[in-house]
Amino acid sequence: MFDFNGKTVLITGAAAGLGFSCAESFAKAGARVALVDISAEAVQQAAAQLDSETLAITADVSCADQVQAMVDQVVGAWGGLDIAVNNAGISSTLEPVAETSAADFDRVMAVNLKGVWLSMRAELNQMLRQNRGTIVNMASALSQRVFPGASFYVSSKFAVAGLTRTAAVEYAETPIRINAVCPGNVTTPLLESTIEDLDALASLHAMKRLGTPQEVANAVMFLASDLSSFNTGTLLPVDGGWTAQ
Amino acid sequence: MSVKDKVVLITGAAGEVGRATVNRFLAEGAKVMMTDLNESSLQDFAGTLKGDVAYLAVDVSKLEDNQKMVDATLERFGQLDVFIANAGIEGKIGPISDCSLDSFRLVMDINVIGVWCGLKVVVEAMKDRGGSIIITSSGAGVMGTANMMPYNTSKHAVIGLMRCAAKEFAPFNIRVNTVNPGPLDTRMMRSIETGYAPGAETAFQNTLKQTTPMGRYGRPDEISGMMLFLASDDASYCTGGVYMVDGGNAC
Repeated sequence: MFDFNGKTVLITGAAAGLGFSCAESFAKAGARVALVDISAEAVQQAAAQLDSETLAITADVSCADQVQAMVDQVVGAWGGLDIAVNNAGISSTLEPVAETSAADFDRVMAVNLKGVWLSMRAELNQMLRQNRGTIVNMASALSQRVFPGASFYVSSKFAVAGLTRTAAVEYAETPIRINAVCPGNVTTPLLESTIEDLDALASLHAMKRLGTPQEVANAVMFLASDLSSFNTGTLLPVDGGWTAQ
Repeated sequence: MSVKDKVVLITGAAGEVGRATVNRFLAEGAKVMMTDLNESSLQDFAGTLKGDVAYLAVDVSKLEDNQKMVDATLERFGQLDVFIANAGIEGKIGPISDCSLDSFRLVMDINVIGVWCGLKVVVEAMKDRGGSIIITSSGAGVMGTANMMPYNTSKHAVIGLMRCAAKEFAPFNIRVNTVNPGPLDTRMMRSIETGYAPGAETAFQNTLKQTTPMGRYGRPDEISGMMLFLASDDASYCTGGVYMVDGGNAC
């Protein structure tokens, strides 16, 4: 089992789905967990469910001031930030490119790309000051493959992969490692609200099933642990064999 | 991330990556069948180990040897949960035009045919219970390298083999993945350094370190961490994947 005793972890998009599963898993492994979400009520409820020292932080990751404040709050409360999981993400409206709108583009990119960039920037500045830390971004199997109709989501996740790799190389000679997890389709509220035919979706994966949030959290913990000390810039697949096909 | 009581069969167990992997799995409570071409080296290594471990000398390029190692594992431990196809050779360093048919074939026999032989017999032993198969590929499996064509080609090939097996074996609940190490502090890298730069190994090594984002070679125990993750049930949704452990080289 992983041991994160004494570690401080910040997770964005932590009120539900993959983010909450990560928060639960790190808490079980002994970490202090700062749960961040745009919904104040949801993040407080989520934090209250965990049997560990937590912070419930309300922030919109697409807003630079709020992102800086979220990192400041963690550092103010616990003195440092060991692990950051940049997980907050939203889906795009399913429609072909010719029918897409500028508003939907801005909405998806603001959270999925700008949010990860702003979060990383604030986290990196703190981690550079303390000369330790590791960052795990939530990319997607859709950072490697396309999904017709989801152009903005796909584009945002390709971009997160590029951002992860660039930052990983820039800071590779510091103790800070930066990696991403690339989940296939996982049973989350986000997915269930976007897709009607989950069986058809499951059939895309060699395993012929959807993943569980826990299976993604396991990979996040691996990348956050010292077991992966030679990993930086890695895009770690957790996709039931989707991208192997 | 538990592999406690899982039965692990590993080829190339006497090399540095093999040893680090055996050490880590034994420490985590797994039972291990080690194989290698070099019996005396296996015997010496086995003498240093505590835990439920056995060994057998095997030439992975021979199908009958692969059958023997699976039979020996089942006889000793009663089951097979994890297969780590780790045996591999670097071949000769030199340009494509200088490579002989025999020297290319030798690398392909061990690094590719050897892995296929393992998959072919292991799947039969794993079919009923499910399991995890991990193939040691390389950073050289995802990008070209000048003057190392046989090794590079073989490490690309096992990714294809892995992806086919991942699809075919998914209905049996057998996961198949590759681990792709970057340059490591091992005998193989010493041999590669000498092959590229005889007499100037240190300068060559420094250049390679500089082109690796982390600025260093990896350690065998940093590879075994990924092996452990993929072998464990924590990785239950991971199949058909290429898992880089390369200090950022593939970025």
